[in-house]
Amino acid sequence: MRMGSALIYIGHKSVRLAVLLIALCAITFWLVSQSPIDPVQAYVGADMMRVGPEQRAEIAEYWGLNAPPLERFVRWGSAVVHGDFGTSMIFRRPVIDVIQERFTASLVLMGAAWVFSGVLGFVLGIIAGARQGTWIDRLIKCYCLTLASTPAFWLGLLLLIVFAVWLGWAPVGLGVPMGVPADEVTLGDHLRHMILPAVTLSIIGVANVALHTRQKLVNVLASDYVLFARAKGESEPAILWRHGMRNVALPAITLQFASLSELFGGSVLAEQVFSYPGLGQATVAAGLRGDVPLLLGAVIFSALFVFTGNLLADIIYRFVDPRIRLGGSV
Amino acid sequence: MSNQTAVSQNTSTTIPEASTGGTMMPLLDVRDLSVSFVQYTGGLQMRFLTVITSLSLTVRPGEILAVVGSSGSGKSLLAHAILGILPNNARISGTMLYVNEDLTPERQMSLRGREIALVPQSVNFLDPLMRVGFQVRSAAHGSEAAKAQRRVFDRYHLADQVKGLFPFQLSGGMARRVLVATATISDARLVIADEPTPGLHPAVVKETLNHLRELADEDRAVMLITHDIEAALTIADRIAVFYAGTTVEIALVADFTDNGEALRHPYSKALWRALAKNEFVATPGAQPSPDALPPGCLFQPNCKIATPECASVRPKERELRGGMVRCIHAA
Repeated sequence: MRMGSALIYIGHKSVRLAVLLIALCAITFWLVSQSPIDPVQAYVGADMMRVGPEQRAEIAEYWGLNAPPLERFVRWGSAVVHGDFGTSMIFRRPVIDVIQERFTASLVLMGAAWVFSGVLGFVLGIIAGARQGTWIDRLIKCYCLTLASTPAFWLGLLLLIVFAVWLGWAPVGLGVPMGVPADEVTLGDHLRHMILPAVTLSIIGVANVALHTRQKLVNVLASDYVLFARAKGESEPAILWRHGMRNVALPAITLQFASLSELFGGSVLAEQVFSYPGLGQATVAAGLRGDVPLLLGAVIFSALFVFTGNLLADIIYRFVDPRIRLGGSV
Repeated sequence: MSNQTAVSQNTSTTIPEASTGGTMMPLLDVRDLSVSFVQYTGGLQMRFLTVITSLSLTVRPGEILAVVGSSGSGKSLLAHAILGILPNNARISGTMLYVNEDLTPERQMSLRGREIALVPQSVNFLDPLMRVGFQVRSAAHGSEAAKAQRRVFDRYHLADQVKGLFPFQLSGGMARRVLVATATISDARLVIADEPTPGLHPAVVKETLNHLRELADEDRAVMLITHDIEAALTIADRIAVFYAGTTVEIALVADFTDNGEALRHPYSKALWRALAKNEFVATPGAQPSPDALPPGCLFQPNCKIATPECASVRPKERELRGGMVRCIHAA
């Protein structure tokens, strides 16, 4: 019975993912083909004086730009199904290689921000909820509401001004130091370049999980089962630990997984501000310079990333919470 | 809990001892208890909601005192006041004695769950994400909690695998037995059952009430808070009739008979006559709002035998025919 329902669940999710990816690629392809940017022009760039019309036509022919859009899309789609994402026009390397390199950098950045914002947000939310109505609760709430209404790129610029320009504690941008051969770049260099973008992303992510955790804890502490725990003589710290954490942790973790889309959106902006060589920055470059294969590849992988986050949130909610796992109503 | 509790002993009202178990010392003695809440309405305007007014009652070992009143009349808050688990904005006055000693907030904290146990209303009072067995064991004291839990499960015919279930998996009847088990396992001498039979199947109601009777027969004191007067009459020894936050009468179960002539207060009589098996007549009017209690008798606005005097002076409680009444016209 449970085996069967798990199979149905997997099948259902797979179909949804396939439909999502196809629709997403079609829309992106259509948007790019409607874009006023001429990919040949964008490719040739400053060399336009030296590239004659015949050469341009040859490039267009070589790229297959003269074929009707639908045919191009289908050709691209069948290649992708066979694992070939094509060649990035601006990097002149296979799209899959570019994405692998860029996505790794982004994942490290987002992973650090995700863990940090999750832990800090949860702790702040618990403190605020347990001390509801006191000055510390107001302080945390005020902090979170301010952050929730702060754009990521603006905060990034602010951090850059203070910590990179004024104090000089952190590098101004990029993923590695300038002018240093790739094989001499140390792990410390990578970390130093990651700090400011990661902090930017974390600070923004804290607000969401902290406010949510706070509200959930306030509800739990006002619940009948906490009242009964008090009647049974359990102390306040024990109640917070036994009943508070237990009932708040699950929704907080679920929320943190579901917020991967916001994290990715934030990383596009943060990477742009810090010139951090991540997938977000590559996506912006691909969009601005009409690099369709790279853009479509980035769209597919970022969609997979967000989908995985939502899927994990859904799985945790469904299979960890006993009320849903063991069947029954909440 | 850091209630700003002002439990004073200056009130020296003598409480009439009702006749059943007459000589035995009460385990719990509540005198002149008032509970009000401070509410801030629009800025700094304070408003007091008086939910319990000069309430007095006693519970003795071996007896069931039923506190009967309509829903939403603040009966649960009486239980919370005794346990010391009212919200922070509650103000308390009056005296509560447990075994003749003042029930201070510190004492309440050390007694609740050990000497005084609560049987709550529904399965919602169990942590939804915690297995039932663990929750029952956590109410036990001493090193042999697991053994005590098995014993109490046996007593209430709960199968051993029930301990591994989550609250939402319990049937209505099982949930009742688990909730009573949490009180029994604590070895408390005073059990407060707050509306333990809401909307349950008659067989389950009967079973739950029998469990409470057994606890009383083991020489515990049981306080049954309920709106179901008929259910209360089947197992209780005495009935405290609760109206607008006070006890208007404490009567013996035997007084609830025929047309209610043996009852002392007009509200008790009206309540009795409103039962379907009696005259089934409703009392017109509603209970006074807790932020606008009348200066005189609380029942006076709805009372058929009220006189001008009733509207000006709040009647003191007095002993009458082996019970207590709070009405100047009672005879």
